[in-house]
Amino acid sequence: MMRMVNGLIDWVDARLPVVNAYKKHMSEYYAPKNFNFWYYFGVLSMVVLVNQLLTGIWLTMFYSPGQGFESVEYIMRDVQWGWLIRYMHAVGASAFFAVVYIHMFRGLMYGSYKPPRELVWIFGMLIYVALMAEGFLGYVLPWGNMSYWGAQVIISLAGAIPFDILPFIDGKDAKEIGEALTTWVRGDYLLSTATVNKFFALHVVAIPLVLVALVFLHILALHEVGSNNPDGVEIKQNKDENGIPKDGIPFHPYYTVKDLPGVIIFLMIFAVVIFFFPTGGGYLIEKPNFVAANPLKTPDHIAPVWYYGPYYAMLRATTIEWFGMSSKAWGLIAMGGGIVVLFLLPWLDRHPVKSIRYKGWLSKLLLFVFAADFLMLGYLGTQPATGTAKTLAQIGTVYYFLYFFIGLPLAYRFEKSKPVPERVTGGH
Amino acid sequence: MSNDGVNTSRRTFLIGLTSTVGVAGAIGAAVPFVKSWQPSAKAENAGAPVEVDVSKLEMGQRVVAEWRGQPVWVVRRTEEMVANLDKLNDQLKDPQSEEDQQPAYAATEWRSIKKEYLVLIGICTHLGCSPLFEEEPTVELEQGGFFCPCHGSKFDLAGRVYQGVPAPTNLVVPPHSYISDAVIIVGSEEGETKA
Repeated sequence: MMRMVNGLIDWVDARLPVVNAYKKHMSEYYAPKNFNFWYYFGVLSMVVLVNQLLTGIWLTMFYSPGQGFESVEYIMRDVQWGWLIRYMHAVGASAFFAVVYIHMFRGLMYGSYKPPRELVWIFGMLIYVALMAEGFLGYVLPWGNMSYWGAQVIISLAGAIPFDILPFIDGKDAKEIGEALTTWVRGDYLLSTATVNKFFALHVVAIPLVLVALVFLHILALHEVGSNNPDGVEIKQNKDENGIPKDGIPFHPYYTVKDLPGVIIFLMIFAVVIFFFPTGGGYLIEKPNFVAANPLKTPDHIAPVWYYGPYYAMLRATTIEWFGMSSKAWGLIAMGGGIVVLFLLPWLDRHPVKSIRYKGWLSKLLLFVFAADFLMLGYLGTQPATGTAKTLAQIGTVYYFLYFFIGLPLAYRFEKSKPVPERVTGGH
Repeated sequence: MSNDGVNTSRRTFLIGLTSTVGVAGAIGAAVPFVKSWQPSAKAENAGAPVEVDVSKLEMGQRVVAEWRGQPVWVVRRTEEMVANLDKLNDQLKDPQSEEDQQPAYAATEWRSIKKEYLVLIGICTHLGCSPLFEEEPTVELEQGGFFCPCHGSKFDLAGRVYQGVPAPTNLVVPPHSYISDAVIIVGSEEGETKA
């Protein structure tokens, strides 16, 4: 029996490098031995991705874009266990962003985007952008009233792109281009079934393909350069006589076994939310979305889901009208810029030290305030933009950009870093 | 590296040429995919410009047409109604139509091409209800105008919003033009857009 199995493996391996790939990515992928709590969130993103793919495929079996709202009601009430699959998918979307945000913060803390891991970070950012597109498209599909009006607001942003900054386009033409663009995205002169059909195709086929490909590249690039760790020490610089990093342990079985309890605890929390708080008090599924889309009735307060909060807050907080461009256009620039600047992170951070553990007090303070700022913006994005909330969002937006353009490039000049150890600390 | 028998300049030229043709072909092939996102013929039909014959409209009356799923009002204003418009200016948010809520040819106090005919999209700029037409003066509107029953927004007989009401901007004037003296085409500027 064993001989037959081995024979089969040999036969396949002679035609496809399975043994090699298994060694390279599992049993002989050496990860630093000092991973801590924050290192659970990469594998958790994978778990949520699988959850989204699986529940998503099942939802398409019962959903039809022409009757978005009715199909969701059908799934919730009539399809056997449909409610569970739908809540797993809807809560899964929020869970995806939650783990991805923590995963990104981990990168920010330990300098995981710094050389030689720039491409790992860039692929990660591309995943994040694809995820935002995926989340938006998916939010439109249930065709509730917030789906409708959220889509209305977001699609109309295409009309705010300041094409008139180009020298050969004047204001009137720019407006026409904007309108043509929104019509093209909607596939109609108003949000309609044509739009939902298009978003359905993008949400269930196009973007998931892109996402899976990007995740593959993210991991491939990571395994080429090796994982960073909480000390920001390059374990490849200290190898034993067999060429194995002294501070490295094989991913399998050490980290697969370590990740397993993390996954179990995550799934327990995930299940509690699915079973007891599936709408998250209006933060995971917004209240107006329990009413069918109604073009004649705008919800009292149009708010994005929490994970777009920070960027929506930046969009609304922008009231400047510099260089003859409207505040709407500047808002769009702030929102887009807030994401683009993250791509530049590997080149903006000029600090000679990688990990926050050995950076000085100023870097620590700036990062702490940045995290608080991001959370504050996220909250403000879901609230009405009036009075104090608006002022806070403006201060928050300014700090966000100052952190990236002044804080990260210059902080090291004003602080004394601690010496970085030769070998990683902790771990067994 | 020797280039035995290889004509490198010819090779470079051929690579350039095939690449150019390939890119041109790819762009050409992309056209149908991009264009398929445009409104279909069916949607275009449903969104086509709408003709409104106003020749039989009485002074001070309104007709409602439908364009792209929205109610479009055409009000035939009396001379008195038009003359009274500027008396309200100090009670309005945007009396000179500076906000971009209308085509350039309607960015005036009276907000229409011909002073007589007012063309508006009948949807409140607050939360999308359809306001009521008050041709006679009422308690809320001393000159007549449009009153939104949902949250009490008020607009004058040029669709200009009053101060102190929830609606932020004037009612929208759709693109429109005259194909004859008394036939308005809503959604098209191919006719006459001057008074």
